[in-house]
Amino acid sequence: MEQVYLDYAATSPTHPQVIKAMQPYYFALFGNPSSIHACGQQSRAAIEEARSKIAAFIGADSEEIVFTSSGTEANNFALKGTAWANRKKGNHIIISAIEHHASLESCKFLEKQGFDISYLPVDGFGMVNPESVIEELRPETVLVSVMHANNEVGTLQPVVEISAIARKAGVCFHSDAVQTLGQIPVDVGRLGVDFLSMSAHKLYGPKGVGALYIRKGTRISPLLHGGSQERGMRASTENLPGIVGFGAAVEIAESEMEQESRRLCQLRDRLIRGILDSIEGVRLNGHPVARLPNNVNVSIRCVEGEAVVLNLDFEGICASTGSACTSSSLEPSHVLSAMGLSHEMAHGSLRLSLGKWTTLAHIEHFLQVLPGTVSRLRAMSPLVITGKEAD
Amino acid sequence: MVEGYALYSEKVMDHFRNPRNAGGMENPDGTGHVGNPICGDIMELYIRVDKGIITDARFKTLGCGAAIATSSMVTEMVKGMAIEKALQISNKAVAEALGGLPSVKMHCSMLAEEALKAAIDDYFTKSVHINTA
Repeated sequence: MEQVYLDYAATSPTHPQVIKAMQPYYFALFGNPSSIHACGQQSRAAIEEARSKIAAFIGADSEEIVFTSSGTEANNFALKGTAWANRKKGNHIIISAIEHHASLESCKFLEKQGFDISYLPVDGFGMVNPESVIEELRPETVLVSVMHANNEVGTLQPVVEISAIARKAGVCFHSDAVQTLGQIPVDVGRLGVDFLSMSAHKLYGPKGVGALYIRKGTRISPLLHGGSQERGMRASTENLPGIVGFGAAVEIAESEMEQESRRLCQLRDRLIRGILDSIEGVRLNGHPVARLPNNVNVSIRCVEGEAVVLNLDFEGICASTGSACTSSSLEPSHVLSAMGLSHEMAHGSLRLSLGKWTTLAHIEHFLQVLPGTVSRLRAMSPLVITGKEAD
Repeated sequence: MVEGYALYSEKVMDHFRNPRNAGGMENPDGTGHVGNPICGDIMELYIRVDKGIITDARFKTLGCGAAIATSSMVTEMVKGMAIEKALQISNKAVAEALGGLPSVKMHCSMLAEEALKAAIDDYFTKSVHINTA
């Protein structure tokens, strides 16, 4: 069997059509978009074309899109930029406990600068309760940030409800849509967001490019200074091929997303069913229905996630885990912990994320391999599995 | 393609993939059960002792690649070794025998050292008990 890649949530391959679209912008059309000569202006036009494609895809205006180097930068920008721009208004930010580290660590940094951060809890499915936002709102709150869908367990968040609460209180709302863009419809008007983080490489675009949607008239301070690029919102010569690639990736997503997400949901559900049916002592992490089309996350008792991932790798299968053993902090996944999973269940977590080149044959192959891997590791484990424990 | 980067050394991967002495032991002379409070790994090490020499060692481990590889390696190292000498095996020695571990994984090798010490401790406790009985 060829390699079976089940880690699309980490990154996806760049679509050949995207690569083709990017290619001219390395040599033939290389100009600096800030240059006033023809060579530069061709590049400017290419960037603006990509910007308008992305804007249209999320129901925004072109001037509301600022390109960044990544989803991580977009999250840093939204949080720090809002905090700094609103310093006089207040010093309080509300964020969910299951955000990406790019957001959580930005908040940790802001805490050191004197900002006060409230962390919203999640339920056992990894979902934020919108009511909890109401309880945390204060007169000095300047931003609420809740991701569109969680990157580890795939749970979709009630963003529409939360943004309505924030708007009613006159507070800006940010959502990290890195995992949802290209997977499910993302419309800034419907979602009611003031800021939205995006990344190209999760939807078959290139690595090293992302964007932040900033609703017109919203206050934000730039992170990078030293040039008037991106209307002064982000200095630095634009990543021309990357931005063109991002635009091309969005164009593909626009035409394929609906059908593709239906296909992925079927594969996802086959995978979940197959795992639960073939292995004892397994639980599904995340919401059973309000879930990304491409995400599967399970906890397998009496095995450790890294050992499972390494064994799968021997068989040519790429997956990931939230086990403490794979993090440099040696802490189990903050997402699984926030959901109330015991250290032990987080220890045996396995994330499988599907994508464009995942086939039913890949899923069936995985389902052939996993039970053997698990029983091999369990035979080595001092703990003994009993079926009931999984609940 | 760029090759040659891997989380673990070849030797670690070999012991992880083909663990030596994995599994339980019937009526061991000493059992060491330790848990790693840092990452949640658990290890059980069993020894058979004859005239002060460890004649057999086996293990059961719930843990990552480094935890399983160090378990496998420590059981290999102590077989045929005098108890006094086995007591001096450090986690560093186990890691070195494996061709090194990533620094973030060094704590995993502590588990092997502690399990071995606990198994020997258990052996001494049992033999004292037998002698006085």
